[in-house]
Amino acid sequence: MTADQYNFAYLDEQTKRMIRRAILKGLAVPGYQVPFASREMPMPYGWGTGGVQVTAATLVPDDRLKVIDQGADDTTNAVSIRKFFERTAGVAVTEATTEASIIQTRHRIPETPLREGQILVYQVPIPEPLRFLEPRETETRKMHALEEYGLMHVKLYEDIARHGTIATAYAYPVQVEGRYVMDPSPIPKFDNPKLESPAIQLFGAGREQRIYALPPYTQVVSLDFEDHPFDPSRADYPCAVCGAVDSYLDEVITDDAGGRMFLCSDTDYCGQRQAAGHTGTEGAP
Amino acid sequence: MTAALEQPLLQVRGVTKHYGARLGCGDVSFDLWPGEVMGIVGESGSGKSTLLSCLAGHLPPDAGEVRFDVDGSLRDTLQLTEPERRRLHRTDWAFVHQHARDGLRMGVSAGGNVGERLMAIGARNYGEIRSQAADWLNRVEIAAERMDDRPTAFSGGMQQRLQIARNLVTGPRLVFMDEPTGGLDVSVQARLLDLLRGLVREMGLSAIIVTHDLAVVRLLADRLMVMKDGRVVEQGLTDQVLDDPQHGYTQLLVSSVLQV
Amino acid sequence: MDDCVGESDKAMIDCEGVTKRFTLHNQGGTVIEVLSRADVQVAPGECVALTGASGAGKSTLIRMIHGNYLVEEGRITVGGVQVSGADARTVLRLRRETLGYVSQFLRVVPRVPAIDIVAEPLLTAGWHADAARAHAAGLLTRLNVPERLWGLGPSTFSGGEQQRVNIARGFARNYPALLLDEPTASLDATNRDVVLSLIREAKARGAAILGIFHDENARSQVCDRVVDVSAFRPVAT
Repeated sequence: MTADQYNFAYLDEQTKRMIRRAILKGLAVPGYQVPFASREMPMPYGWGTGGVQVTAATLVPDDRLKVIDQGADDTTNAVSIRKFFERTAGVAVTEATTEASIIQTRHRIPETPLREGQILVYQVPIPEPLRFLEPRETETRKMHALEEYGLMHVKLYEDIARHGTIATAYAYPVQVEGRYVMDPSPIPKFDNPKLESPAIQLFGAGREQRIYALPPYTQVVSLDFEDHPFDPSRADYPCAVCGAVDSYLDEVITDDAGGRMFLCSDTDYCGQRQAAGHTGTEGAP
Repeated sequence: MTAALEQPLLQVRGVTKHYGARLGCGDVSFDLWPGEVMGIVGESGSGKSTLLSCLAGHLPPDAGEVRFDVDGSLRDTLQLTEPERRRLHRTDWAFVHQHARDGLRMGVSAGGNVGERLMAIGARNYGEIRSQAADWLNRVEIAAERMDDRPTAFSGGMQQRLQIARNLVTGPRLVFMDEPTGGLDVSVQARLLDLLRGLVREMGLSAIIVTHDLAVVRLLADRLMVMKDGRVVEQGLTDQVLDDPQHGYTQLLVSSVLQV
Repeated sequence: MDDCVGESDKAMIDCEGVTKRFTLHNQGGTVIEVLSRADVQVAPGECVALTGASGAGKSTLIRMIHGNYLVEEGRITVGGVQVSGADARTVLRLRRETLGYVSQFLRVVPRVPAIDIVAEPLLTAGWHADAARAHAAGLLTRLNVPERLWGLGPSTFSGGEQQRVNIARGFARNYPALLLDEPTASLDATNRDVVLSLIREAKARGAAILGIFHDENARSQVCDRVVDVSAFRPVAT
């Protein structure tokens, strides 16, 4: 089957309409999980089928697409999704955050601030923030409907009781516009402040068949206790390559003797800084 | 302490529940006054658990009213909206299950289990939640150093006491208990009974206790209701019903108990 | 509680035409009539003894006054509150505020310390825990219950020790009306005298006391009057 035999962006138009309706509803009710009829995609669940469907329903031919996985443009997951849309939609692609009109992401928000007009699409494994404490879907839906969110704090309480501090480091729960409690997908809590953004943010969970959204400039508050306030912590090192002290870092083990270094997880951001002449301890000349 | 309490806390009228053609419980009516503990006894299938479920809002009855004192006026809890009813369950009402694991979150620490009801009504200060949880664990005789252990590591009696602490931390006015001492060793039962008696007295709690154990109601309940085949056959003061039973079934029940 | 004491010419405990019969539904509906048209009045400050052969209905009458047995016919009032036909709440309030009872047997939650058993009626009446325990300790001391036993559950005590805990509990509060079912049984002479002085003190503060005393000597020391319940024996059929 050749590329021109696919409908634009793989999904048929009826499916896209259905997904767009879910997206619009999600934007109208920020943080609310809208059920949708998730389709089988030519990739396994867990590889971003939710995000891919949202991207497919959102793409137009003159979009420029960027795909990242844990901040990197060059990992398997990012590369295969990017190729998928190059082939089925023929859209332009880029690795530069500033140039992209749609960014599909797994587990990160780019370091470069987003602007109005951009769309950030998240791949979400488990959309229900209450799931780990309350396994019944009927009950969690009721809890959302009635704003019964005490249980969410039980999770944070357990963290402090066990670790002395809120140890939840990713998928840190937030409350949207003082209403719905939302799982921001497994982004590091370092990224939580960036959820209040000029860009549109869409969240797709393929296996769980849920879409939710944050319109631009939506208020997003990370949950905490009065005496244990939210702290978007970061490893206390500069990036070994570009020297950045404001970016989220990956820890890289360099040898069998326990040697390690810290690198920007956002490869585009790190590359831009290097191009601008910034270097770290291990920086290439 | 009498003048201010001239209204029942709970007023039950004609509560009826059918399971198909079979009667679960039929036309049950009574008043429960503040500070009173009422026992409901009967053998398996007598309808006592069905009645408790209907009263506690777990099971919608076919007919009847369950009026509860909300801010001084009696309101039919069966007509409350769901948010109102759920709020009642988090604040003024409590339910102690026979099996502690039905009433606890087994994956959450003892302190978290007690703290949940506080967080559910808006507590957002970790230190305060923790000190209240510690206070309650102490009241139910669970050592402070067990606070961060999960209930899976507790004995049956400890789990039951934890369930009681979790239920009472928000100072409810009415507690429903379904065989609270069932499945516990006799020695553990006695300790739990004494604990419940003390808490009922200190907090001025009203309680409805379903059990098949006449010894439990004699020690815990002020009043007793005897059920058979879904109907109330006799009710009155606990010691009067047990010592001078009027109905043939109650006489049989009382005479069937082994004397120790 | 002295406000509960009525006018002295009016009976604190008043039984009028009280009849009791038991119907045994599981034994062919056999009806056993125990008392017929019993009349007993006890005035404040008075101690009245019930006498009569075993099975004559002394305990039955005491239990009816306490609300423990239902009244088939007739009328019983205590401190002006009608017991016969009363609902559970009325009887409970009467027991909490007006009517004390020392039964023959101690019936308590197993393993609860003796001192807490004695203090419980005070706690129920709203006493502070420390004050209630101090008062209970005083009574136990007076009744010669060794202090080493106070923290133990009485189920392992001797009969006499159990009975003294029971008496301490019954006398913990100054009830205006008091029912005593053989309070001096299984007590030695010393403790019997303590109980008799407790009864005298209760009388002196105006309590109406109705009791069963098998011990004639004890009876003659504290009782003002004797009522023989044999007089209320049902007519044989």
